[in-house]
Amino acid sequence: MRRSIQSKVTAVAAAALLALTACTTDPSIENPPAAETEGGEAAATPAEEGGDEWFDQAAFDEQSEQRSASFTGDPEQPWLQYLEGEMTDTSEFASEGAKKVCFANASISNPWRQTGWITMNQQLEVLVEQGVISEMETRDAQDDDNTQIADIDYFIAEGDCDAFIISPNSTAAMTPAVERACETGKPVIVFDRGVETDCATTFIHPIGGFAWGIDTAEFLIDNLEEGDKVVALRILPGVDVLEQRWAAAEKIFEENGIEATDYFTGADPTEIKKIISDELATGDVQGVWMDAGDGAVAAIEAFEDAGKDYPVMTGEDEMSFLRKWEETGLTGLAPVYSNFQWRTPLLAVEKIFAGEEVPKEWVLPQTPIPEEERADFLASNEGMPDGHYAKFGGTDLPGYPEVWQERQIP
Amino acid sequence: MSTLTPDRKAELRRDRSPRKDRLLRGMRTPGGAVFILLLALLAAVIFVNPSFGEPGSLIRFIGRTAPIAIAAIGQYFVIVSGEFDLSMGSVVTAQVIIAGNLIGQDDAKVLPVLLLMLVFGALIGLINGLVTTLLKIPSFIVTLGMMLALLGLVLYWTGGAATGNPADTFRQIGRGGIENIPVLEILPYPVLILLAIAAGAFWLMRRPYGRTLIAVGDNARAAALTGARVWWIRTRAFILSSLAATVAGIILVGYAGVHPSVGRGYEFTAITAVVLGGVVLGGGRGWVLSAAAGAFALEMLFTLLNFAGVASTWRDTVQGIIIVAAVAAGARTWERRRRGASSATHDKQTPIAQPPAVGTNEGGK
Repeated sequence: MRRSIQSKVTAVAAAALLALTACTTDPSIENPPAAETEGGEAAATPAEEGGDEWFDQAAFDEQSEQRSASFTGDPEQPWLQYLEGEMTDTSEFASEGAKKVCFANASISNPWRQTGWITMNQQLEVLVEQGVISEMETRDAQDDDNTQIADIDYFIAEGDCDAFIISPNSTAAMTPAVERACETGKPVIVFDRGVETDCATTFIHPIGGFAWGIDTAEFLIDNLEEGDKVVALRILPGVDVLEQRWAAAEKIFEENGIEATDYFTGADPTEIKKIISDELATGDVQGVWMDAGDGAVAAIEAFEDAGKDYPVMTGEDEMSFLRKWEETGLTGLAPVYSNFQWRTPLLAVEKIFAGEEVPKEWVLPQTPIPEEERADFLASNEGMPDGHYAKFGGTDLPGYPEVWQERQIP
Repeated sequence: MSTLTPDRKAELRRDRSPRKDRLLRGMRTPGGAVFILLLALLAAVIFVNPSFGEPGSLIRFIGRTAPIAIAAIGQYFVIVSGEFDLSMGSVVTAQVIIAGNLIGQDDAKVLPVLLLMLVFGALIGLINGLVTTLLKIPSFIVTLGMMLALLGLVLYWTGGAATGNPADTFRQIGRGGIENIPVLEILPYPVLILLAIAAGAFWLMRRPYGRTLIAVGDNARAAALTGARVWWIRTRAFILSSLAATVAGIILVGYAGVHPSVGRGYEFTAITAVVLGGVVLGGGRGWVLSAAAGAFALEMLFTLLNFAGVASTWRDTVQGIIIVAAVAAGARTWERRRRGASSATHDKQTPIAQPPAVGTNEGGK
């Protein structure tokens, strides 16, 4: 009896499966590519509009001007330079003694953040020795918004902190937590990615993503002809500093008749090689644009493997790209997202507790490395690992150069 | 087989369908259909982009798909024995990082580190296999745990960022090839490695080990009753899988370079490829070379989508649909076979030329 029920159930299930698959599987052999194509194109259009969502004409114009603006401060110490603007009065924080700093870090999951993190710790060593800072307690959120919110709340509740340094993981999600930190009445320093509140004592960042996009796109336009093809390799969607780089570049490419196709790579070199190989199999590619230099070498290697001429290319000031750029002699530019900004938050802590005013929005210089300067940067960073960033700005700190060469990540 | 007398062998040969019929019937199984799908996709890609059909482009495509195909062959052993190996992707990642960190620019370290990587790979497989079979924990959980453990190790070791590429001699394995070959221009080493592994896997599946492996996947209890050491047969399948992941990792270091994101998602790509190759999840059915063909079909499909201008963000969706569709199609076919509908009503049966002599008919006893 039981067996017959079972076999009935099986038969019904099989029949249902048959009915289902009869409609779906047979056509699926021929149709899915076509169906996916339609779906994909339909989806591709809003994706392009999505790009516009990050475009902000006012910010674009402002950053475009800032690229040639003159910065206040010693050019030998670009990490302390800033653009004239509103200053925050910090006289209320002026006090004696070593202070405890709490640092909520988004992550150290890419070579840029690692290099900066090393520099920051060497700067910390100096300030601890000078008796400005007693200790820095750091929590690494490992690229997770929720973890970082918990980290900040932990610092507020039981961190016993005198000042907060926050490098936000994402813009919108971190805003309430930063506001809570501000409500404690202690100094809050935000750097790198921004948040949607101006409650922080100072917000430290290089000029920005639009400036990067303008520098790189204009370089490619100058070295390419109208109608040339550019492949844009992007790490991931949704991060403001990266999206703004592409939003600016895309606009400039469009205005100048450059055919640009963008891909998300996750910085995975396998993916990058595959994308370039497929593009080269479809037709010639004259330019490569990157929103970050991680993986630039894989992109160049794809041209070598396919036996094609090197493209005109923009990477980043990462050593691997600078070295490959010199070795191949391609026409290139290394845009810079100033890595030395990792020193600035701790120096800002020093200023704040000394009662010196700090810029409300501390805009640091951001100057690309052109071919003429490449040799200098290669020489001054000799022996540094491939993941090191040329404009790390730590040559005057203790431990230079061994700490960066050995990449001693604390 | 050796116990058969020559007469009996001749009889078996005589009763077989002609080669053409057997091929045709094979093509109607999911494991055979994937080859047709592959050809159809190739034709479609060449239609969209004729330059892809040039021998030079094609061989490069095979070269770059080789690591996925090798991973799929490895995953096949585990799946056909009725288990899963989810740790594959992180084995690839861990091996890539090991190569990058330990070899550096020192050519002398290439061979020792290569050996170390193989030993490390085998060890991971051994642990996966023993924990699954002896502690009787589902392989889904065991290999998931292994995947997370290895990813954590990699994160701890690298902080999640690349360290730099190893010596070029090591990278030649995945990047180089035999040059100046007529027509092809270049014969990439990964293609040769894939051919060797495919041939080895094909041979292994015709050996007693391969036959028992399938039997274990079909019905572990029955296999155990025939005297097969199920735990050791399955454990060896896990070792083969991890070794395949290791080889894929070695190729990827050369092809792409060192980066913690290399190998990400490899386990699911390999499982998709195996399923697309008509191998039944749960074990006991499927052909090893179909798994490799599944990998090529999958990559070919992605290439087609790419050439057709579909955003790469759709890849995961496509992969998901394929898994479900392939399992459904496979289930339908095997279901039909099990009920005997397929061969009895649709296939022309080869008439037995000579009825067997009474003496050979053991059933008559």
